[in-house]
Amino acid sequence: MSTRLMALWAWFDARMPSVAQEYKKHLAEYYAPKNFNFWYYFGSLAMFVLVIQIVSGIWLTMSYKPDAALAFGSVEYIMRDVPGGWIIRYIHSTGASAFFLVVYLHMFRAMLYGSYKTPRELIWIFGVLIYFCLMGEAFFGYLLPWGQMSYWGAQVIVNLFGTVPFIGPDLAVWIRGDYVVSDATLNRFFALHVIALPLALLGLVVVHLLALHDVGSNNPDGVEIKKLKDANGKPLDGIAFHPYYTVKDIVGVVFFLLIFCTVLFFAPEMGGYFLEYNNFVPADSLVTPAHIAPVWYFTPYYSILRAVPPLFYSQFPGVLAMGLAVLVLFFLPWLDRSPVKSIRYRGPYYKIALGMFVVTFLVLGYLGTVPTNAWGQFGPWLGEAERATVVARIGTLLYFLFFILMPWYTARDSVKPVPERVT
Amino acid sequence: MSDAKKPDTTRRNLIVATAAVGGAAGAGAAVPFVASWFPSERAKAAGAPIEVDISNLAPGELGIYEWRGKPVWVFRRDKEMLGSIKKDDSKVSDPNSELPQQPPYAKNEYRSIKEEIMVVVGVCTHLGCSPKEKGADAKAEMGADWNGGFYCPCHGSKFDFAGRVYKGVPAPTNLEVPPYTYLSESKILIGDDKKGA
Repeated sequence: MSTRLMALWAWFDARMPSVAQEYKKHLAEYYAPKNFNFWYYFGSLAMFVLVIQIVSGIWLTMSYKPDAALAFGSVEYIMRDVPGGWIIRYIHSTGASAFFLVVYLHMFRAMLYGSYKTPRELIWIFGVLIYFCLMGEAFFGYLLPWGQMSYWGAQVIVNLFGTVPFIGPDLAVWIRGDYVVSDATLNRFFALHVIALPLALLGLVVVHLLALHDVGSNNPDGVEIKKLKDANGKPLDGIAFHPYYTVKDIVGVVFFLLIFCTVLFFAPEMGGYFLEYNNFVPADSLVTPAHIAPVWYFTPYYSILRAVPPLFYSQFPGVLAMGLAVLVLFFLPWLDRSPVKSIRYRGPYYKIALGMFVVTFLVLGYLGTVPTNAWGQFGPWLGEAERATVVARIGTLLYFLFFILMPWYTARDSVKPVPERVT
Repeated sequence: MSDAKKPDTTRRNLIVATAAVGGAAGAGAAVPFVASWFPSERAKAAGAPIEVDISNLAPGELGIYEWRGKPVWVFRRDKEMLGSIKKDDSKVSDPNSELPQQPPYAKNEYRSIKEEIMVVVGVCTHLGCSPKEKGADAKAEMGADWNGGFYCPCHGSKFDFAGRVYKGVPAPTNLEVPPYTYLSESKILIGDDKKGA
């Protein structure tokens, strides 16, 4: 660096030393375990997708009109007339699916290596809150194109709140700002989608990272690297995040972009899974599309909603089950009673349970994309029950059993000795 | 030193009192923000009752009218359809309309003021989709014992020609009958049942 630049930096540093301090604390002298593997790409990738979504989203708002009469047309205007509009919109819509894929893999990593266990419970809780914000973003954002699936999807979700005992109907009217999903609903969802939730999301990402950097990263072996330090007080098994992991994460970003761009250019609708065909028809409050399904990332929960039969003439139990299916994630750090963190040193119980959970989640996810009569009916011996509904009910049961039985099977599981240092 | 260890209770009380008053003011400030989410005066005005002329409705014909943004069905049922309703009594979960899904004047066998004219909100009581009419001729699709009615494409709920919900489907209750009244032989007012409103 030239002496002039050095002098300029010295001038800056004398007036705002916190920049250099924070750079050291969070990058140059943040020591992360040296044994990070493939699963550790998804945290930085999630941040990368967040940036993609914010930038493409800002550009979309420049041409989008949050008005029930104009919204659908303005999206088509973006697609056809705005220079580069089509690619910006497809970046945003593909980014939404990519965000969930990356976050699901990131959460699965935490379940593989026990990253939510002591002392990292707060990181997990902030992470679940980020996931909630993301679900809100996806839901509010999906109404904006004002297509048939936007409209009826929002109708179904808002009516979920209408099933809450006593206050439900008033609550649904309050959320919509009208007796039906209407212009008022669209306008407020736009405000929530572009201002309120992104602000909350950014704040949560900051506290998620602060909480992480206070206690340090977990690793595939689930050993605490801070226990063993060298003469300079650096963890023996730690390497500086920058440059070692910034370089590694750039490789992850490049590989991610390879897949992302393939989808973006060759299959932005992903056969109706990323952008549903019915959403290319303008919203019509008098005609319901023949088959309503949410976008793929919500389908496991949608399956749970459909699987629970009404009780006392109310659909609230299904809504409650769906809500609990998400809320139960908060309690994971306290449900897991295993003395070890990583799956490498856990016994067969947890491995089987986690494997079954993944299969259950995928099956429920698939079932949420198809009508309940997709697999036909059982014979009279099972009361001609729909096969898909029965499977969804079993899946719902297994989903909850994974969590409810967790204190039992993790405490009784056989464990292998955990090494002193990372392997 | 001993003074420094003990909190100054006067100051502590002042802080608590200030925080409480400040908190109350903050809660009060939230009122307009919460209130602004309720329907505007314009939205409320748009929810006014509608008049429907049924003189052109042929037997077996379904008219769809918009009231509060929801599809309201006015359906002139023919003899065969009225007959099918009786046959469905054992298949529906609330055959006598015990649940408050209709005004008292529609709590009868056909769930209507006049036998042949049905007025219901065409919104599935499960999660608000709009069911489709499936006549008695749709047996291939709906099963051999199907006598005609309505089928919700979203989650598979079934209703008969009186809007009564089948047993064992996701929808928990019969279709809602809105308040309505006959202004004359051929005119219905939907959304209000006080004469001359």
